[in-house]
Amino acid sequence: MVNEEMTSMERVLTTLGQEEPDRVPYFLLLTMHGAKELGMSIKEYFSKPEYVAKGQIRMRERYGHDCYYPFYYASLETEAWGGKTIFYEDGPANAGAPFIKSMEDIESLEAPDVWDSPQLLKVLKTTELLKEDSGEDVPIIGVVMSPFSVPPMQLGFSKYFDLMYENHELFNRLMELNTDFCIEWANAQLEAGATAICYFDPISSPTIVPKEMYMETGKQVEQNVISSLNGPAAVHLASGRALPIIDDIADAGASVVCTSATEDLAEVKAACKGRMSVLGNLNGIDMRNWTVETTEYTVREAIDKAAKGGGFILSDNHGEIPYQVPYEVLMAISDAVRKYGNYPINR
Amino acid sequence: MHFKDLNMGVDKRLAIDLENALLNIDRIAAENIVKKALVDENEDIFKVIDNIISPALESIGYKWEHGDIALSQEYMASKIAEELTSEILPVESSQRTSRAVIGITTLEDQHMLGKQILKALISSMGFNFIDYGSMSIEKIKKKITSDKVEVLFISTLMLNHALRVKEVTEFIEKEKNGTKVIVGGAPFLFDDELWKEVNASAMARTAVEGMHIAQELIGEF
Repeated sequence: MVNEEMTSMERVLTTLGQEEPDRVPYFLLLTMHGAKELGMSIKEYFSKPEYVAKGQIRMRERYGHDCYYPFYYASLETEAWGGKTIFYEDGPANAGAPFIKSMEDIESLEAPDVWDSPQLLKVLKTTELLKEDSGEDVPIIGVVMSPFSVPPMQLGFSKYFDLMYENHELFNRLMELNTDFCIEWANAQLEAGATAICYFDPISSPTIVPKEMYMETGKQVEQNVISSLNGPAAVHLASGRALPIIDDIADAGASVVCTSATEDLAEVKAACKGRMSVLGNLNGIDMRNWTVETTEYTVREAIDKAAKGGGFILSDNHGEIPYQVPYEVLMAISDAVRKYGNYPINR
Repeated sequence: MHFKDLNMGVDKRLAIDLENALLNIDRIAAENIVKKALVDENEDIFKVIDNIISPALESIGYKWEHGDIALSQEYMASKIAEELTSEILPVESSQRTSRAVIGITTLEDQHMLGKQILKALISSMGFNFIDYGSMSIEKIKKKITSDKVEVLFISTLMLNHALRVKEVTEFIEKEKNGTKVIVGGAPFLFDDELWKEVNASAMARTAVEGMHIAQELIGEF
């Protein structure tokens, strides 16, 4: 029996409902590759919302993946707070020097208004343009930085750990400010047409903070945000390990969890117990060197491990595919999904 | 029991106590342990470093490598250890500056945490180090020559910065200045052939491993 071909939206929604669609959905979470597609520098590409929308549409035409991804770069959010971004010719934009210069600055810090932030409005415009193009056929994945994970860009990683461990009062204030902003920003994207929100939260991973710290901090923040969203959330730990806190992520209300390339997909799928779908876990760094054969093997292995019964979306493990990953590998991933990902999975 | 064995037992216990204090972010307890160790070792700073501080940090690094502790714990522990060591062995002390020069940088990558942990470890182990921060590659080339850097640690989080390590290693090879380059950071963990591709001398998965490699390359233990 061959399932009737579904739209990307139908395929993804069926998957999230823990049922088997026509084939395994895959998310190529491409950002900078849009610049190559349009023959622009990365900086120029992210200068206009129309460019990003066009890049996303063209890439999906080329690779046939199951989502639009109007994410620009992580530090775009901090630009709204007054931070700066450094662009490179061949890699993701970086946050510049932290705009919070001392811990005391947090006392007088105010969150930006989404609707008064030109940089954020560009993302909303891109989202609207993609919505116009896709109607109800293609999921649009909005992105937010978790209130718990954005501070390295606000005050620096080291100072953030100092704050977390040594200054609970200011830490809590920063979490409140970040949470209010995050909720507003996520809901604005949903209103503009995003189908779901990717909640980037690498600091919550036990790779970065111990579970007991996460339970008192990151998890509380996670619950506060997700419960206030007007749409589903995918918790993405950006290469960090998820297994030790997988029940807590489910408790927080996530619909999807991303898993690290260092984790076993079958274990993560089993640990989700149908409460969440699994997104992952192709090694985006190693991907640069893959042959067609390596790609096929890797994709097939991922599908075999996690796709039975639905609840699995094939993707990379970081939430952004490196600029150096070539067209041939991305095409090979697409071809492999179509070759091995048709349901039912009988191997 | 031979006196040496008794002393080794005492040192080991103090190292374990220090490790626990550091992991508990208990600065006062850690400081008291170091003070006691100084008394026990007749104020021999390097004995305290070699027998108590370094083993404690190595054990912590080992736990981080095996997923038993989180990065934040390693960072806080190494930070406290660095502060305590700097009190008994200031950065400008001749006992440091007479040793081989170790440089650390993230090139132009702004992500400093891995470098901070490594820097704290190098400092806590009593070595002579220079922190180049997120210096540009052109400046790094000048500095490693003028400062006579023997080992340069390059820690990066972004793949594009990791790939540019090659510009540094090619410069070193061309100028024949002998600097060894040890790389580390996420791109090198997810692609274990990357360090060879950029012609680094070695790759370190953890700060502790990095220090072992550096000591071996310098010939100093």
